[in-house]
Amino acid sequence: MHPQRAKRTLAVGLTLIAAAVLLVACSSSSSPSSGGSSGLSGTLNGSGSTFQLVYQESAISAFKSVESGITVNYGGGGSGKGRTDLASGVTNYAGSDSPIPSKEEANFKGKTVLYFPVVIAPITMSYNLPGITGLKLDPDVIAKIFQAQITTWNNSAITALNPGLKLPDTKITIARRSDSSGTTQNFSLFLEESAPSVWKLGSSSTIAWPATSVGGSGNGGVATIVKTTNGAIGYVDYPDAVASGLHYASVENKDGDFVAPSVQSATTAADNSTVAPNLTFHAVWAPGAGSYPITYQSWDLVFEAQSSANTAKLLKSWIGYLVGAGQKLLPGLNYAPLPSSLQSKAEAQVSKIGSTS
Amino acid sequence: VSVAAHPGIEPVSPVSEAALSERRPVGDRAFHILAAAAGLLVLVILVLILISTTQQSTSWFTTVGLKGVFSTTWNPANGQYGALAFMYGTVITAVIAIVISVPLSLGIALLLTEVVPPRFARPIVYLVDLLAVVPSVVFGLWGFLVLAPWLNGVYSSIASGVSGIPVLDDLFGSPTSGLSFFTAGIILAIMITPIVTSLSREVIATVPAIDREGAYALGATRLEMIQGAVWPHSRGGVVGAVLLGLGRAMGETIAAALVIGSSPVITSHLFAPGYSMPAVIANEFGEASGVQRAALIGLGVLLFLLTIIINVVARLVLRRSARRTAGT
Repeated sequence: MHPQRAKRTLAVGLTLIAAAVLLVACSSSSSPSSGGSSGLSGTLNGSGSTFQLVYQESAISAFKSVESGITVNYGGGGSGKGRTDLASGVTNYAGSDSPIPSKEEANFKGKTVLYFPVVIAPITMSYNLPGITGLKLDPDVIAKIFQAQITTWNNSAITALNPGLKLPDTKITIARRSDSSGTTQNFSLFLEESAPSVWKLGSSSTIAWPATSVGGSGNGGVATIVKTTNGAIGYVDYPDAVASGLHYASVENKDGDFVAPSVQSATTAADNSTVAPNLTFHAVWAPGAGSYPITYQSWDLVFEAQSSANTAKLLKSWIGYLVGAGQKLLPGLNYAPLPSSLQSKAEAQVSKIGSTS
Repeated sequence: VSVAAHPGIEPVSPVSEAALSERRPVGDRAFHILAAAAGLLVLVILVLILISTTQQSTSWFTTVGLKGVFSTTWNPANGQYGALAFMYGTVITAVIAIVISVPLSLGIALLLTEVVPPRFARPIVYLVDLLAVVPSVVFGLWGFLVLAPWLNGVYSSIASGVSGIPVLDDLFGSPTSGLSFFTAGIILAIMITPIVTSLSREVIATVPAIDREGAYALGATRLEMIQGAVWPHSRGGVVGAVLLGLGRAMGETIAAALVIGSSPVITSHLFAPGYSMPAVIANEFGEASGVQRAALIGLGVLLFLLTIIINVVARLVLRRSARRTAGT
């Protein structure tokens, strides 16, 4: 966020407050959750996860018609940056694809952070093999491919899973992220959980990939490499894979079913995963028949105790929208909405946001 | 036409000369101070940058030690932060860029000064200079979206052609995709060609006409004239231009990050994906914290030192070559 622009929007916000006080002095009702402008005004700033970025942008513009007095700015920058910005008080909320790692906990100085799950999406195994559709892969094969232990498409381990397909002897090109990423973190977490005996590269936002792999920046970068390289396979989040028109494989889940990535199978996976009381969970390798096994999620992080009462009201309204009415926007953006059980927990948690003053 | 030649001016001179001699030192001194301050400011900023970046990267050096810094493994998840693969990639891509760009730039420079009449040379100069103002991200995106997919096929053909041949197979064998050291080298070559061309052209243009005509008078052909009269005179300047281009190629960030393939390995295969120092800083800085952040800043310091070394070498080469030219 550009400080000058922030200052300007703040100034605009203050003018709006003054106008609101003068014009609607009588209306003192403030129901922050939904429906109709409640007279709240001010600016909220957030940053972090780029996975959420498209949803944040769409929700911000749709929110304008719900609460015209609230200005929300969301800058990407990655989950790590989002958490750092929140901890140092630069922003009001952070987008993060993973809970706060233990080595970062000290930054938050013991303040309670609330987790609001907002988006769920599958990570696709996108591939480029002309004429081949309906590929099936299981976790062990995926782990071997991404460790360069399987190097051609007609390897017996792949053909055994795909008896109906005539796979070529094309060399496999591994496409992966060059920047550190929550997508990498969750994809490698999936491999660590699902193929523990094969996967040796650990789970992290950056991985020491095989030397022959090629890196692209962002999901779009990986999607482009897959699209332009014959024989390439890469992990690409569902919205980008759909936007780039890629083919993606069905992946064997914990119950032994081959499930294709979709909005529905991702929501099912989230519904079948174990949610902790603080609403953290991970949807990768979730049990259940229809669960897509490489599903990941993103949260918005907010301090439970806000220093200003107005900011607390603004956050209640905005976060309430993101986990409430805003969820309807998600399928159109190729994200999966929260399953209803999780959504009601998230909506209930909104009331916890309070202020110290 | 000197002032003294005009008799009418002479009576005024004693007064104005005295006034000038008093005023001049003040102006001179002010200018002197201003110029010195500007010069010093650059130096101070440079030193401050070096101090603050070194200070912020100390945890890298203290955590992994000298051996860790100069190791080949970069794996932040395991706390391994070796810089060698990035340094290798930086140097290799810059060398590829130079090998491609220098003959091209010299060719264009000689074409513009020796072959084409100035009337036609000017538009070509504009075109080449225009290439220099294209933002590097545009080159990078073009390389990523257009050039790399096309080169993928070219690399495969070359690789199948050289397979089994001892040295060539090591250099041009086993490509994985269009993103590689070589693709990065090509993009960097295109980016540094304008600067090498225009510096070389200017140096070559300073060759005295009398030298060229002398060569022609002795019966030299155009090639012999270039070899005998132009080259000895402009060698030093051309070497300087090339080293400046090399420095630019080594520091290029976003274009390299897009097309190099982002794989920190040391390999003789030029068609394999690699990594360079500026590229890894650009890619990983956003989400880095702790030692990784320090290591990335430290890579910046190392790159800074590497560029300084290149510059110093450039100066030495220039001075030696100038002395040799003057001696002969």
